[in-house]
Amino acid sequence: MEAILAQLLNGLDKGGAYALIALGLTLVFGTLGVVNFAHGALFMLGAFCAVTFRQLITLESVVVDPTQTTAWGTPLEVRTPLAQQWFGDFGSVLIDYSVPLSILLAIPVMLIIGIVMERGLIKHFYKRPHAEQILVTFGLAIVLQEIVKSIFGPNPISQPMPTALRGAADIGSWIGLGPGVLTYPWWRLTYFLFSIGVLAAVFAFLRFTTFGMVVRAGMADRETVGLLGIDIDRRFTIMFGLAAVVAGLAGVMYTPLVPPNYHLGMDFLVLSFVVVVVGGMGSLPGAVAAGFLLGILQSFASMNEVKQIIPGIDQIIIYATAVVILLVRPRGLLGRRGVMEG
Amino acid sequence: MGNLFIMPRRDLVVFVIFAAVVLAMPVWLGPLGAAYPGLLQKFAIFAIFAIGYNILFGLTGYLSFGHAAFLGVGSYTAVWSFKLLTMDVFPAIIFAVLVSGLFALVIGWLSLKRSGIYFSILTLAFAQMCYNLAYSVLTPITNGETSLQLTRQDPRVIDAMFGPAGDSLPTASIIGHNFTGFQGFYFCAAVLLVAFFIAQKIFSSPFGMMLRAIKSNQTRMNYTGFDTKPYALTAFVISGMYAGLAGALLAVTDPLAGAERMQWTASGEVVLMTILGGVGTLVGPVIGAWLIKYFENIFSAFNESMLTRIFSWVPEGLRDWVVTIASKFVGEGWHLTLGLLFVLVVVFLPGGIMEGVRRIGALLRRPTPPATPTAMRAQPAE
Repeated sequence: MEAILAQLLNGLDKGGAYALIALGLTLVFGTLGVVNFAHGALFMLGAFCAVTFRQLITLESVVVDPTQTTAWGTPLEVRTPLAQQWFGDFGSVLIDYSVPLSILLAIPVMLIIGIVMERGLIKHFYKRPHAEQILVTFGLAIVLQEIVKSIFGPNPISQPMPTALRGAADIGSWIGLGPGVLTYPWWRLTYFLFSIGVLAAVFAFLRFTTFGMVVRAGMADRETVGLLGIDIDRRFTIMFGLAAVVAGLAGVMYTPLVPPNYHLGMDFLVLSFVVVVVGGMGSLPGAVAAGFLLGILQSFASMNEVKQIIPGIDQIIIYATAVVILLVRPRGLLGRRGVMEG
Repeated sequence: MGNLFIMPRRDLVVFVIFAAVVLAMPVWLGPLGAAYPGLLQKFAIFAIFAIGYNILFGLTGYLSFGHAAFLGVGSYTAVWSFKLLTMDVFPAIIFAVLVSGLFALVIGWLSLKRSGIYFSILTLAFAQMCYNLAYSVLTPITNGETSLQLTRQDPRVIDAMFGPAGDSLPTASIIGHNFTGFQGFYFCAAVLLVAFFIAQKIFSSPFGMMLRAIKSNQTRMNYTGFDTKPYALTAFVISGMYAGLAGALLAVTDPLAGAERMQWTASGEVVLMTILGGVGTLVGPVIGAWLIKYFENIFSAFNESMLTRIFSWVPEGLRDWVVTIASKFVGEGWHLTLGLLFVLVVVFLPGGIMEGVRRIGALLRRPTPPATPTAMRAQPAE
């Protein structure tokens, strides 16, 4: 029982990441009709927003202190982060919370990247076949990840999580099990709650605002909305920017869990495409449901008991699920009839 | 069987020119600094891979993102044939082609139940499964991260019948004759010519016509009463076998096989080769493969001091800047150039280099109507 609950919890944070990426992917497909292979790169760029933010906030001043010497006999260099010098203790708190704070940097940056990407490249591909969309965005993904590699180097850069969230939550004792039976790291819990929050915000935005209503109408019938005198293209561009922000935020908050390197995006891209297909191409709730479902499935497949029965299942479970779903129910779990059904 | 070798005059001319170009590669690539066996072998091998991929993508329009899996399977099979049976290349190649054909049959049969982007994702999923398994549970067969290699303790049953094993690691051979260096290249080149010839035959056959019809309008084909599935599946298996053949040749020239050959970026590379050269044309993919392998080799060898020498004409103050920026695109950063190239080709020249040549040709022969670029576009099978 505890083992099953623990695996369920373990799947939630990864599922949250899948759901966020898949949501953006589906949003772009549903609005612009573009199959975006560069979406994983946006996740990676978000993660590197966190890296950049930390590098900025930990900029140090170096003062040589001649009264002290190091073990080698040279004068000791005292390094203090500028933030600490200027703001005192508040500065150290800022540094401690660098990862969540980088959201403030990530939102405008990702919005701009998304809009530039759509206006600069993707917009020329609406009328082109899907195969060409895949190819051009695949090329773009390579370009983005190589640029990141040339700036930040090929090695993963680990990001510390805030000290307050380093331990594990004793979830077992909350629900009546003994203390220490079922624990769950605070940061993973934070990530799960964060992803739920972002998902809720996106859905609320689409559901309860006029802007969202127009976008949904445009998804259903772009031409008619255009005929009503609404500049639907501009709204779709903004939706692309929003999808980029969602992917970027997913990346920012994921950095303490997996140290980001330049091919993080590619690793997640293939998986999130599979998630979109399982959920149903063009279905937003489908993408979210499938994201969590596959995250949890993957977590169960990596249990030792399961691996003993079917060796290697943890490596292939997601792909195998996708294959089965595509062959048995091609429009995915919650896909609309006739959308990309072939 | 009598007319198997009778070809239309035009095809014959193309084949003869192609053969001359390939066999003379050590000569004409000399001034370009690429005439050494290791690279020439790669030219031949990846040309085979691209030709095979083009039979599927170019003719039927099905965009597969998992062909590197067949290349990997071919490599593994060939190395196992070296380890268990004999160092002779022919059993290795035959087994590799058969086994990868079998893989392609199973994967193709399942993937071709869907078309369009779903087909791409299915092939991608299968390739990733192969890759992940090769790295994890299949380690006894694939040797995981350390790659499958020859050892002196391998049984090599057939070779053992003819005499005791030597002290050093054996190398690949044809009927007892070891070959190295340029002989290796000429062997690969001969296989390439055979592969090219078969592709030419497929292109000009009624079967090839059927595949093109699948690309232009599959629904109409179905309504006219054709069952397109067997044709598409045959094309898939053939291209899988080409990939297996290329994988076997990689193992022949360097007897080891690693899982990274199956990674999806490797599948992306063959797609790029095909697109860059010209989808659906015979020689296009070959040119694409050569260009990419050539520039990969040349560009990744560049370093800072070479760049400084090249840009020595730039004024002193600017030079460092130019060199710093240029160094991002060469050496380790070669993939950046590759990605940019990919984007530029898809945006501006979807028909690849062959379309560019055709456009220039049309410009030179002004009065004739311009060629139709749309016909060469990569259309998905929907």
